[in-house]
Amino acid sequence: MELCSFLTLDSFITDPLTHDFMRKALLMSSLVAAVCGFLSSYLTLKGWALMGDAVSHSVMPGVVVAYALGLPFSLGAFIFGVGSVALIGFIKQKSRVKEDTVIGLVFTGFFALGIVLVSKIKSNIDLHSILFGSPLGISLSDVKQTMFISLLVVILLSIFRKDLMLYCFDPRHAKTVGINVFFLHYLLLTCLSLAAVVGLQSVGIILVVAMLITPGATAYLLTDKFDNMTMISVLSAIISSLIGIYISFWFDLETGGSIVLAQTFIFLFAFLFAPRYGIFKLKKFFAGYK
Amino acid sequence: METINYQNFRIDAENICVDYNGKVALYDANLKLKPGQICGLVGMNGAGKTTFFNALTGFVNISKGKIRINGESVRSAQKDQTIAYVPQNEGIDSQFPISVWDVVMMGRYGSMNIFRCPRESDVQAVKDAIERVDLTDHLSTPIGNLSGGQRKRTFLARAIAQRASILLLDEPFSGVDIRTEKLISELFIQFKNEGKTILLSTHDMIHVREFCDLVLLINKTVVAYGETSEVFTPENITTTFGGISPDFLFGPES
Repeated sequence: MELCSFLTLDSFITDPLTHDFMRKALLMSSLVAAVCGFLSSYLTLKGWALMGDAVSHSVMPGVVVAYALGLPFSLGAFIFGVGSVALIGFIKQKSRVKEDTVIGLVFTGFFALGIVLVSKIKSNIDLHSILFGSPLGISLSDVKQTMFISLLVVILLSIFRKDLMLYCFDPRHAKTVGINVFFLHYLLLTCLSLAAVVGLQSVGIILVVAMLITPGATAYLLTDKFDNMTMISVLSAIISSLIGIYISFWFDLETGGSIVLAQTFIFLFAFLFAPRYGIFKLKKFFAGYK
Repeated sequence: METINYQNFRIDAENICVDYNGKVALYDANLKLKPGQICGLVGMNGAGKTTFFNALTGFVNISKGKIRINGESVRSAQKDQTIAYVPQNEGIDSQFPISVWDVVMMGRYGSMNIFRCPRESDVQAVKDAIERVDLTDHLSTPIGNLSGGQRKRTFLARAIAQRASILLLDEPFSGVDIRTEKLISELFIQFKNEGKTILLSTHDMIHVREFCDLVLLINKTVVAYGETSEVFTPENITTTFGGISPDFLFGPES
């Protein structure tokens, strides 16, 4: 039966929509993808991929503690996300250990703490859904939280869009003309923590960093304009989320993994065929035949 | 008497020290510059040239000493857009997806509202600045597609658009073509006539002789400071460069 409905594209798309959980998953994941995609263009240009990885892993104990105390999990995640960054900064400044080592050291420590806490605190925490995401099993209170955080991040990024671009491009100039660089630094980190929190519901803690860097990297290969880069990044993130969820529905695959794989394939496509920066420079190729 | 003096100096740095986590990068450095003066900042790599710039722009905090810009604090100089910094070509990410127009517009950010919406006056300032550096044909060109010289001119245009009265230039002549070099030297004369104060770091001794009224030789602290003709001597240069003879730096004939 599944195979029959598969034969038409129409039912491939519409059938899953008859399920309430699928409608919710598609909507929520698109929203989360849009938020992460928006932030992604800043993170890739700033070179904060490792920082994104660190923050997203470090939120783990926060999520566990918040669940145990009955608090909104985003609160716990946020505290530990920002805390990890502060700790990285502190250790880097007070020791001779190199930054990437400190980042790796701190986030694995936090992550390990989270795992230990899960095993100790006997509650109804589903480790699997934290690690790998569970967009299909998202609860109503999670929906509200996700929408609130997403809106907040989008508003913050929209207001400070140009300042953040300047901060990523030339912080020294920003400082020279009296723009508060300290504020922008922590604004970007705050948005990163918040985006990691909403992102982990879609694809889980382990893969959330992909949501934060892959769309930006894809867009970077396709354009030389910052605004276009943001738009392409958001679009490619949303499209991969939709593809990932549909594929996982029809082929019964892990949803988080499918979403990230879809993103990876879109990146590979851009890597190979981007008009100017792809391996096969299509622009040159076609220009040669004119 | 001191307060009267402040009015005369664009830059007045007194005994400034900068250290990074206990490592001293610059100590007891002094610099006084008046409107219309061009000063060369000369020293080895790691002698504290960039640190000096960073202290003047407020990008790093000084641990000791005092900096007055037009008689005011660095903080209010930032607010008033007094100082413009023109980075080294190596100091910026040339692959950043941004056009010439957008970079020059960044010179106006400090005086715009929080959303950084350009007003007509900002647009005009950017247009004029781009025209002065002769890049009008490249308004929407991504900076990654520019030559080194064109990129340098883009950042000069940003400083012009900012309408700063003090220009700090990090290696303005390194990696630029002849045309850009000529254009920059013409601009220097214009800036001087407009009463702007210029502090530039350079490795090229010929440029110091050619453009700079004053020269500041540093090696973690000030080795010598004064009129180029008096201070820029082989002995001082040798001291600045840690004992390397000027023959090596200039070639034997000078």
